[in-house]
Amino acid sequence: MSTDAVTPASMTAGVHVVGPLDQIPIGEGRAFGVVGEQIAVFRLRDGSIRAVSAVCPHRGGPIADGQIDQRVVVCPLHQNAFELDTGCSVTGAAPLRSYHVSTDADANIILRTM
Amino acid sequence: MTSTLDRPTDLAQPTDLRRRLVVIGNGMAGARAVEEILERGGAMQFTITMFGDEPYGNYNRIMLSHVLSGEESDADIFLNSLPWYAENEITLHAGVRAEKIDRFAKLVYSDDGGVTPYDVLIIATGSRSFMPNMDGLYTADGSLLPGVFAFRTIDDTRNMVSYATHDHHRRAVVIGGGLLGLEAARGLQSHGISVEVVHSGGHLMNAQMGPAGGEILRRSVEALGIGVHLRSRTTAILGEDKVTGVRLRDQPDLHCDMVVVAAGIRPNVDVALTSGLPVERAIVVDDSMRVLDEDDIFAVGECVQHRGEVYGLVAPLWEMAAVLADHVTAADTTAAYLGSRTATKLKVAGVEVASMGIQEPERDTDEHIVFSEPSRGVFKSIVIRDEKIIGATLLGDSRKVAYLTQAFDRGLPLPQERVSLMFDLGGPAEEVGVAELADDAQVCNCNGVSKKALADTVKSGCKTVAGVMDKTRAGKGCGSCKLLVKQVVEWAADGAVEEDPAASYYVPGIPMDKPALMAAIREQGLRSVSEVFAALAPDGAEDAKSKMGLASLMKMMLADDYVDERDARFVNDRVHANIQRDGTFSVVPQMKGGVTSPAQLRRIADVADKYKVPMVKLTGGQRIDLLGIRKEDLPQVWADLDMPSGYAYGKSFRTVKTCVGREFCRFGTGDSTKLGVEIESRFQGIESPAKMKLAVSGCPRNCAESLVKDVGVVAIEGDRWEIYVGGAAGAHIRKGDLLATVDDPETVKTLTGRFMQYYRENANWLERTYAFVPRVGIEHIRAVIVDDSEGIAEQLDAAMQASVDNYVDPWKERSDPFTAGQFRTSLPLEVLPQVPVR
Ligand code: SRM
Ligand SMILES: Cc1cc2nc3c(=O)[nH]c(=O)nc-3n(C[C@H](O)[C@H](O)[C@H](O)COP(=O)(O)OP(=O)(O)OC[C@H]3O[C@@H](n4cnc5c(N)ncnc54)[C@H](O)[C@@H]3O)c2cc1C
Ligand code: SF4
Ligand code: FES
Repeated sequence: MSTDAVTPASMTAGVHVVGPLDQIPIGEGRAFGVVGEQIAVFRLRDGSIRAVSAVCPHRGGPIADGQIDQRVVVCPLHQNAFELDTGCSVTGAAPLRSYHVSTDADANIILRTM
Repeated sequence: MTSTLDRPTDLAQPTDLRRRLVVIGNGMAGARAVEEILERGGAMQFTITMFGDEPYGNYNRIMLSHVLSGEESDADIFLNSLPWYAENEITLHAGVRAEKIDRFAKLVYSDDGGVTPYDVLIIATGSRSFMPNMDGLYTADGSLLPGVFAFRTIDDTRNMVSYATHDHHRRAVVIGGGLLGLEAARGLQSHGISVEVVHSGGHLMNAQMGPAGGEILRRSVEALGIGVHLRSRTTAILGEDKVTGVRLRDQPDLHCDMVVVAAGIRPNVDVALTSGLPVERAIVVDDSMRVLDEDDIFAVGECVQHRGEVYGLVAPLWEMAAVLADHVTAADTTAAYLGSRTATKLKVAGVEVASMGIQEPERDTDEHIVFSEPSRGVFKSIVIRDEKIIGATLLGDSRKVAYLTQAFDRGLPLPQERVSLMFDLGGPAEEVGVAELADDAQVCNCNGVSKKALADTVKSGCKTVAGVMDKTRAGKGCGSCKLLVKQVVEWAADGAVEEDPAASYYVPGIPMDKPALMAAIREQGLRSVSEVFAALAPDGAEDAKSKMGLASLMKMMLADDYVDERDARFVNDRVHANIQRDGTFSVVPQMKGGVTSPAQLRRIADVADKYKVPMVKLTGGQRIDLLGIRKEDLPQVWADLDMPSGYAYGKSFRTVKTCVGREFCRFGTGDSTKLGVEIESRFQGIESPAKMKLAVSGCPRNCAESLVKDVGVVAIEGDRWEIYVGGAAGAHIRKGDLLATVDDPETVKTLTGRFMQYYRENANWLERTYAFVPRVGIEHIRAVIVDDSEGIAEQLDAAMQASVDNYVDPWKERSDPFTAGQFRTSLPLEVLPQVPVR
C-alpha cells in the first residue's frame, strides 16, 4: 500500500468499491478483477489490508493463494516473496504492483487503481 | 518499483557517455571478470552486454558433479541468476552464440542475426569436452549417438540424470579416468547405475599424480564399486540407434546402456580463429590479459594461453579476472598476471586429493618422502629440492595441505624432521597451523577465497561458520576446504564462534529447536499458530514461511484441541488438492493399497467427462490423478466422486503401495494387499514433518518396492514380515534399514504406527525418513520402537491412536466450506464478479 499523496483528479477516476471486507478471511487473500486489472487483496492479522497485483511476475502464480505475514506474501508456486507494502520482491523476482486500499464506513473494500 | 502515482519515465537522461563493454562467454571466468569490473566502479564507465550460448545465468560448473549425484539441485548452483544481470543493468543475451568479431569496425556478430558494437571486448569462451575418434560415436545426421554424453554443461548433466533414471538403464562406461571421469562415475552410481571407467593411461588421474598414488586411488575407487580398466583405449561405440556397449583395443567388448566421454577438454577458440586473433593451443594473451597485439580485446579463463600455459581449473581464473579488471577499468594499469602455480585440492568421487608441482623426483639429488597406507586409501608423497618443496601429492588425508601449499608457494624453510611435513607429531596443533597461514593464502580454491577475506568477514560481525560460508562462498565448491574454513573462522573469532543457531530451529521464525518448541507450546498451553507467534517469536512477529511447519506440528501434538487457523495452511491444505503451474489443482482420490473397483472406475470416468479433465493419469503411488481441475470446481468434483481424499498434496501419510500377494501370486507368502489396505485405513491423513509413503510386498521379489519406502513391509517364508524404515527412491536413493522381523500383521501395524509417531515427534520440519533414520541411527530407533528402551512405547501408541481417532476426510468440506470463498478462483479472473466502476 502506498502512502503517496494522491491528486484529486486520480481520486475520482480510479476508485472502486469491491464489496464487503468479510469475504476475505483473516490472514488470507482473495482476488478481484477490477477494470481489466487483477488485484489480490489481503487481510492481515492486525486487521489492516493490503493490495498488490494478483499475478506473480515469476511464472504467473496466483498471488492471492499465497501465505502472508505482516510484511510479505509468498507465492504458492515457487515461493518468491513480495513486500505487501511496496510489491517489491525480497527474493530477487520482478516486483508486483501495489495498490492503495482502504475500507469505508460500511466495511466495504475500496481500491484505487490510479 | 510501484506506486499509485505515475512517475515521469523520460527523466531527461543525457545521452549515455559510457563506453560499451561486450563479453563473449557467460561462464565462470566471464561472469567473474564482470563482477571484478563492477567492484572497481565499472558500472560508471561501461554499459555491459554479455553473450552466453547456454540459455541461463552463470552457474558454478564445479558443482555439476554434485548435481549429477543428486546432492545439489540444479537450481542451487547459480552464482549469478537472471535478476542479478537486471540489477546490474547488464544486457544478457542468454542462449545466443557470438560467431565472429570484426576487429576493425569493432562489432560482434551473433547467431540471432544481431550486430553489437563494442569499445572493449572480453572473450571468455571456456572449453568444451574433447571427443576422441571412435567409430560409431555419431549418427548419420552428425549428432551424438543416443546414450553418449559429454560432461560439461548443466544440460549435459540434466540429460545424463534423466537418461540414467529411465528405461531400465543400468550400466554405464565412462571414458577417461581423470578428475571429470571419476566424478561422473561416482555421480552415476548414486542413480543405481553400475559403472566402469575405461582409461587409456597407466594410472588414474595422471595429470595430478604419479603411478604409486594412482594405484592407491584405483583401490579406493574400486572399493566404491566402480570398475577400472587401465591402458584401455576405446575404439568404437556399439549400438545402432542407441548405445549398447563399447569396443576396446585388445580387450573384450563392454556392454552398457550409456557412455560418458570425459577424455579431456579443448579450449573454445573458433570465434577467435575466424576473427583472426592469435591462437596457438588457446587464445594468446599477455600479462595484462590482453589478446596479443590487440588494444581493446581481452581474454580470460580456460580459453586463454598465458606464457605457454593453458589452465583447466578455476583457481587461476580468479587471479586472471582480477588483473583483467584492473586494466579494463584502469584501476591499476601496472597489474600483471604472472601465471598460477597450480596447487589443487579437490574431492574426487569422495576421495580427498591434493597435488602441487611435480609428481616424482627428477634428479638424483631430489629428496623423496613417501608414505603409503593402501588399506586406508592414504598416500602422501613430497619431493624436496634444495630444502624447498617442489612437488607433493596427498590422497585420502589432506590435513597438512594448507601448510604444504604455503611452503610450496613461498619456498618456506622446512623442518629437519621431514616426517612432520606429513603428520602432526604431537607438534603444533592445527589452529597454530591456521594462525601461521599467510593472509593471502587461498583457503577455498574453488571460489578463490583467501584467509584474509574470511577473517575480515568474521571481524565485520559474522561469527558463524555457515554465515561466513554464505557471505564469501568459501566451501561452496567441491567442499574439500570446509574443515579449513571452519578452523580459520574459529581462529579469527578468537574463541567467540557462534553456533549457527538458525540451523537447529524447527521453523525459521521461532528461535527454538523442536524439543524446546514443543515444551513451550505445552507449558504455555498454546493452541493456535498465531498464539505461538505472539508468545514465542521475536517481537511476536508472524513469519509466513514458518506457518505451515507450525500448523503441522500443533495438529500432531494437540489433535482435537488444536485451533485450526486456515491462514496457517499452505494453499494445498486449504483446498485439499495440489496446486499446479497454471493455478488449477489435481485431485487424487483415495484408493487404498492400489485396489479399485469397476464402480469406482466408472465414477472417476464420469467425473473426467463431466469436468473435461485435461489429463487422467495413473500415478507412481498406484492411484488415479485427475489433473487440471479448477479451484471452484473442487467441491462438486469431490461430491460426484464420493471418494475420500488420497492426501496427495499434504506433508502427511500418503499411500500404501501393495502387490497382489498370496491370494493370487504363485510366489506370494503373505497377504500383502490386505495388510496394505489395513495400514492405509488406519493411518490415512496423518500429518507429519514430511511425506510418508509406505508399501507392502508379498515376498522378497518386492514388487511393491518396499525397500525404498519410508516404511516398507516384506512378507517372508514362514508367515513372517520384515519391516524396513528410512528407504527412498526419489530425489535421494536409499535402501531402508531393517527395523524388525515379526510374526503377525497386527505387530506390523503396531510397530509401523509407533515408528511413524516417533518420527513425527522427533524429525525436523521437511526431514524425510531417509534423512531422519540415518541421523538418529537404526540401532537407537530399534531400541526405542522394538525393545522399548526408553519406556515410551505405550505413550507413542496412545498419541498415534489419538491422531487416528481424530481423522476426518477433508473432502467433506465440500458441503460446508470452512472459510468464506474457500474455493473461489484466484486466477484467471474472468469468471470473477467483475466490479462495477463507480
Ligand atoms: C502424481 C505423481 C507423479 C505421477 O504422475 O505418478 C507425483 C507428483 C508430484 N510429486 Fe512426486 N509424485 C508421485 C509419486 C512420487 C514418487 C513415487 C511413489 O510415491 O511411489 C516419488 C518417490 C518416492 C518419494 O517420495 O521419495 C516422488 C517423489 C517426489 C519428490 C521427492 C521427495 C524426496 O524427498 O526425495 C517431490 C518433491 C518434494 O516432496 O519436495 C515430489 C513432488 C511432487 C509434486 C507434488 C510436486 C509439487 O509440489 O507440485 C508433484 C505434483 C504434481 C501435481 O500437480 O499433481 N515427488 N513422487 C505421483 C503421485 C503418487 C501418489 O499417488 O500419491
Ligand atoms: C563437471 C565439472 C567439474 C569440475 N570440477 C572442478 C573442480 O572441482 N575444481 C576446479 O578447479 N575446476 C573444476 N572444473 C573446471 C571448471 O569448471 C572450469 O575451469 C571453469 O568453469 C572454467 O571457466 P571458463 O569461464 O573459462 O569456462 P566456462 O565455465 O566453460 O564458460 C564458458 C562459457 O562460454 C560459453 N561460450 C563459449 N563459446 C561461446 C560463444 N561463441 N558465444 C557465446 N558463448 C560462448 C560457453 O557456453 C560457456 O557457458 C570442473 C568442470 C566440470 C565440467
Ligand atoms: S510429477 Fe514429480 S517428477 Fe514429475 S515433474 Fe512433477 S515433481 Fe517432477
Ligand atoms: S510463479 Fe510465483 S514464484 Fe514462481
